[in-house]
Amino acid sequence: MADASRPDPDALLARVQREEKKRGRGRLKIFFGASAGVGKTYAMLLAARAKRAEGVDAVVGVVETHGRVDTAALLEGLEVLPPRTVQYRGASLREFDLDAALKRRPAIIVVDELAHTNAEGSRHPKRWNDVEELLDVGIDVYTALNVQHLESLNDVVGGITGIRVQETVPDTVFDRADEVELVDLPPDELIERLREGKVYMQDQAKAAIENFFRKGNLIALRELSLRRTAERVEEQMRLYREDQGISDVWQAGELILVCIGPGELASRLVRAGRRFAAALHADWIVAYIETPQLQRLPAAVRDAVMKDLRTAEALGAETVTLSAPQMSAAILDFAREKNVTKILLGKPTRSGWRRWLLGSVVDTVVREAGNIDVYLMGAEGPEARAQAPSVYMERSRAYLGLPEAGAAGTKPRWPGYAQAAVVPAACTAIGFLLPAPVELLNLVMVYLLGVMLVASRYGRGPSMVASALSVASFDFFFVPPVFTFAVSDLGYLATFVVMFLVGIVISNLAANLRTQAKVAGYREKRAASLYAISRELAAAHAEAEILRAAVAHIGTEFGAQCVILFPNASGRIAYPKAPGEPFSLHGADLGVAQWVFDHSRVAGRGTDTLPGTDAVYFPVSGASGPIGVVALLPSSLRRVFLPEQQRLLETMLNQTALAIERVRLAQAAQNAQIKAETESVRNSLLAGISHDLRTPLSSIVGASSSLAEDDGRLDARARRELARTIYDEAQRMTTLANNILDMARLEAGAVSLHRDWYPLEEIVGSVLTRLRAPLAGRPLEVRLPRELPLLKLDTVMIGQVLVNLIENALKYTSEGSPLEVSAEIAPREVTVAVADRGPGIPAGLEERLFDKFYRAAPEGAQSGVGLGLTISRAVVEAHGGRIWAENRPGGGAVFRFTLLRDEAPPEIEREEPPLVKAS
Amino acid sequence: MSEPKPVVLIVEDDPQIRRFLRTGLQSHGFETHEADSGKLGLVEAGNRKADLVILDLGLPDMDGVEVVKGIREWSSMPVIVLSARAMETDKVSALDAGADDYLTKPFGLGELLARIRVALRHASGAAQDKGGVFAVANLKVDFAQRRIQVDGKEVRLTPIEYRLLAALVKHAGKVLTHRHLLNEIWGPGYVERSHYLRVHMASLRHKLEADPARPRFLLTEAGVGYRLAAE
Repeated sequence: MADASRPDPDALLARVQREEKKRGRGRLKIFFGASAGVGKTYAMLLAARAKRAEGVDAVVGVVETHGRVDTAALLEGLEVLPPRTVQYRGASLREFDLDAALKRRPAIIVVDELAHTNAEGSRHPKRWNDVEELLDVGIDVYTALNVQHLESLNDVVGGITGIRVQETVPDTVFDRADEVELVDLPPDELIERLREGKVYMQDQAKAAIENFFRKGNLIALRELSLRRTAERVEEQMRLYREDQGISDVWQAGELILVCIGPGELASRLVRAGRRFAAALHADWIVAYIETPQLQRLPAAVRDAVMKDLRTAEALGAETVTLSAPQMSAAILDFAREKNVTKILLGKPTRSGWRRWLLGSVVDTVVREAGNIDVYLMGAEGPEARAQAPSVYMERSRAYLGLPEAGAAGTKPRWPGYAQAAVVPAACTAIGFLLPAPVELLNLVMVYLLGVMLVASRYGRGPSMVASALSVASFDFFFVPPVFTFAVSDLGYLATFVVMFLVGIVISNLAANLRTQAKVAGYREKRAASLYAISRELAAAHAEAEILRAAVAHIGTEFGAQCVILFPNASGRIAYPKAPGEPFSLHGADLGVAQWVFDHSRVAGRGTDTLPGTDAVYFPVSGASGPIGVVALLPSSLRRVFLPEQQRLLETMLNQTALAIERVRLAQAAQNAQIKAETESVRNSLLAGISHDLRTPLSSIVGASSSLAEDDGRLDARARRELARTIYDEAQRMTTLANNILDMARLEAGAVSLHRDWYPLEEIVGSVLTRLRAPLAGRPLEVRLPRELPLLKLDTVMIGQVLVNLIENALKYTSEGSPLEVSAEIAPREVTVAVADRGPGIPAGLEERLFDKFYRAAPEGAQSGVGLGLTISRAVVEAHGGRIWAENRPGGGAVFRFTLLRDEAPPEIEREEPPLVKAS
Repeated sequence: MSEPKPVVLIVEDDPQIRRFLRTGLQSHGFETHEADSGKLGLVEAGNRKADLVILDLGLPDMDGVEVVKGIREWSSMPVIVLSARAMETDKVSALDAGADDYLTKPFGLGELLARIRVALRHASGAAQDKGGVFAVANLKVDFAQRRIQVDGKEVRLTPIEYRLLAALVKHAGKVLTHRHLLNEIWGPGYVERSHYLRVHMASLRHKLEADPARPRFLLTEAGVGYRLAAE
C-alpha cells in the first residue's frame, strides 16, 4: 500500500482526544517505589523545593514524615496546608483537606500516599479520587506510590510477600500519569535503612515486617517496579512513534477476551488479563457469561461478580455481560463478532469423569476456537479454596430452590414442592385404575409424564423431588414384591436408575427453558421500556413534558424515586420550581449534584465519590456537554448498577438529554427568529417614524419661522395660511404620536379592554362627530340597520378602529369621492364595513396591508406610518373578531371587521307608552 | 368693556402650554394668573378670586382629582380639566369629583374658549333662565309645557327620555358622566348600569335626530359620557 506510513485515522483521533483531555488538566507526577523506605517522600519534597526555588507556587497538601528527621527538614520553608480533623469512632484522624487545597489553588501540590483510604464521611473514599479532582481543576500533583498498591500487581505482590494490602490504586491512574519517577534503592541499602529504624510500615506486626523485608522479597519487588516502569516507558515510546507516523513496530491490533465466572478466580483472571493486555499493548474485554444456572446464584455472589467487572473497568478494560444458555457458544460468538485474537479462561472446574461425561466449557472453546489463541489460568489459590465451601453452600441452597436469605420479591416455593408430592401420588392412583394386566413399562411412562408436568410448571427443585418420589412409588406399589421397597428382579434396578436420570434431565431442560423465557422476558421488557420512553420523548414538545416522561420511565424501570436537576442562570444546580410527580425524589443533595454536574462523573451511593449520600447522581450530558443531573434513590442498588441496567439508564439519559437539547434548540431558533423579526420591525419603524416626523416638522419650522421673523410684510391672508399649515401639520404629528403610543401599548399588553354593552350606532355617531372636520365636503352614506343589537366591546378602542379605517379611506381617495359606513347583522356576529371609491387595493396585498408599517405607496405623499391598520387588527382580534380588506365591485376598496354576538345582552325593562302628550 | 374682566387661573406645569394659554386668553379679554403646581394652584384659586380654573390633570406634585376636590370644598367655581389622551378614567373621576368639563390635549384655542363660555354661563346661572324654553338649531324644549318640538313637529317622549333630555338641557354644552346621569335619572342604585343609559339615549336620538348615526345635538363623549350641543 502506498500510504502505509500515513497515521491511522483512528489513532489520530485517539491522540487528539488524549491531548484534548490533557488540556486544562493538571499534570500528575508519581514517585514510584518498590516498597516503603526507598525515599519517595524525600525525593518528592526535594522536587517540590526545587520548583519552589524556581518561583513556582508549590505547596504541601499532605506528607507523612513518620518522624524521619531528614525528611522533616525538607518541609522547612515549604507551605504546608493544615490537615482536616475527622472524628471517627472516638479517634481523631488527620486527613488531607481537599476543599482547602481547591480553594488555595497552588500550581503544584504535594499529596503523599496515593493509595491512602480516606476516613469515612470524606467526599471520596480514596485519596487518588481527591487527586483526580485536583488534576481536573488544573492543579499539578506530586504523589508517591508503592508497587504493591497497584491494582493489577496487588495479587502478585501478595503472593511474593505474603502480605496482601487492601489499599489499591487502579492502573489507569498510573498509566495516565504524565510522569513517573522511579525511586530506586538496592535491597541491601534498604535493609540497612530498616535496621537503622528509618523505614516505617503502617499497621503491620513486627514479624510481618521482618518477613516482608527479606532480601528475596525486596529483589522481587524491585524487579516488579522496574518492569512496570519499563512497561510505561515502552508505551510512551510506542505512542511517540505512533504520533510521528513511525509504524514499523506496531503489530496488528490484539484484542483479548477475559471470561470470568463467579468465585475468587474472577479477580485473579481480571488482574492477569490486565498484565497480559499491557504486555501485548492490546485492548481487552472482560466478559461475564450469565447462563441460566448462574442466574440462580445468590445475590451476594452476583454482587461479587459485579465488583470484579468494576475492578476490570478501573484497570482499563471494556466490560460486558452476556446472557446465553450455553457458555462456550456465547464466548465463541462474542469473540468472533469482536475479532478477538486471544481468549483467557480459568482452568476447568469439572474434572475426572464429570469432565469426560458432561464436557467442559474450556474443552469446547479450545476445540472450536479456530485461529483464536486460548490461554488458561492456573488453579485457585489457598484463600479461594477456603472461601469455596460457603459459596458452594449458598449455591446448593439456590439449587434446591430454597429461598435466599433477604432476597426480596421471591415467590413462595412450597406449592411446587406440594405438587411434587401430589403428582407421583396421582400417577400411582392412575396405575391402579388402569385395567389389568398392566405392563410395568407403561407405568414408568405415566410417572415420567407426571415429572414432566411438575418440571414445566414449578421448575427444577420440585421436579427432582417428584422424580425421586416417582421412583420410590413405582418400586413400592408396582414392582414385585408389591408394597415393599424390596426388588425381586435385579433388572428393575436399572429401570430405577434410568427412570431417575430421565427425570433429572427433564428437570434440567424444563428449568433452563423457564430461565431463558425469564431472561428473554427481561430483555423484552428493557426493549419495551426503551421504546416507550423514546416514543414519549419524541412526541414531547416542551421541556416539562420531557422531564415528566423521563422521570416516570426511569422511576418505574429502576424502581427508584428520581428527579432531574438543572443549573440556574449562574450555573448552580437548583431545585426545580414545578412541583414533582408522586414518584419524584424530593430533597436531593444539591452539593453532590453540583459536583456531578461540574465533573461529569457519577457520584453518591455505591460509587467512589460521596458514597455516604442516600441517592445516586448521574450526569445528564447532551451533545454540547453536561446539561443537568439526575438523582436516583433506588429501592435496590443492584437495579441501577447491573451492567445491563446501567447501559439502559445511560441510553435513557442520553435520549432525555437529546430530547431536551432538541426542544431547547427549537426554542432558541424561535427566539432568534422573533428577535430578528423584532429587529427588522424596529428598523422599519425608525425609518418610518423619522420620515413621518421630519416631513411635518419641516413644514412647521418653515411656517413658524416665517411668522416669527415677519417684519410686517406678510399680509393677513398669508399669515393665516402659514398658521393653518402649522396647525394641520401638528395634527398629523398628533395622529402619528397617538398611533405609535397605541401600538406600543398594544404590544406591551398594557391595554386591557373595558368592555361594556354599547349600541353600535352610538360609536359610529361619536366617531363621525370626531371626524367632522376632515369629513367636511365628503359625501358620506351611513347605513345601519334599525334594530342593531347591543354589543359588548370597548367603545374607545372600537371607535379608534373606525377612525383609522375612515382616515385611511380619506388618505387614499381623492377629495370629494364618496365614502360609505355600513353594518350587517348575522346571527353570530355584526359586520361593519368602511368602503370607498378610490384606486382599490393592488392584487395580493390584501393581507400585507395589515402588516406593521406597510404603506400602499411607500414614501408617497400620504402621511402616517402604516400603523393604523395594524392597530385596528390588534383591537378587532382582541375582541375575537376578524378584519380584512377587499376590492369592491365597481371600483374602490372595502374594509370589513366583525364583532361577535356570543353573549346575550342584558335585559332592559321596556317602558310604558309615552307619557308626554301633545296638548 | 366696562365689566370687569373674567379671571382665569391656569394650573399647569408646562411653561409652553402656560404661555399659549396666557397669550390666547388675554387676547380674548381674560385676566390670567398662573400656578405651576397643585399646591400653589389651590392657594392661588382663593387668593386671586378666580372665576374659572383651567387645571392640568398631570401635575407633578399632586393628583389633579385631589385639586378638584380641594377647590370644591369651598367653592363652586367652574373647573375645566386638561388631560392627555387615553386617560378616560382620569377624566371621569375628575368630572365625578366636581370638574365642569374637560379637554383632551392637544386642543385648539377655539375649543377651549367655547368650553369656558359654557362654563361661565352655567356658573352665572344664565343657562336655566330662559323662561323655561330651550332651543338649539331645530330642537325646541318647552319645560313649562313639557313640550318638545323638532322642526316644529311634536315629539313624544317616555318619562325617562324626558328626564334624560331635561338633565342634558340643564347642563347644555357641558359633558355629563354616565354616573352623573344614571344617578340623576334612575337614582344611586343604578350608577353601574350604564347600558340603561345607552339604550334610552339611542331611542332619544331616534326621536330627536334626523340621522341618529350622525347626531347633531346628542353628542357622545366616548368612554366619558354625553353632552348636549349648546350652539
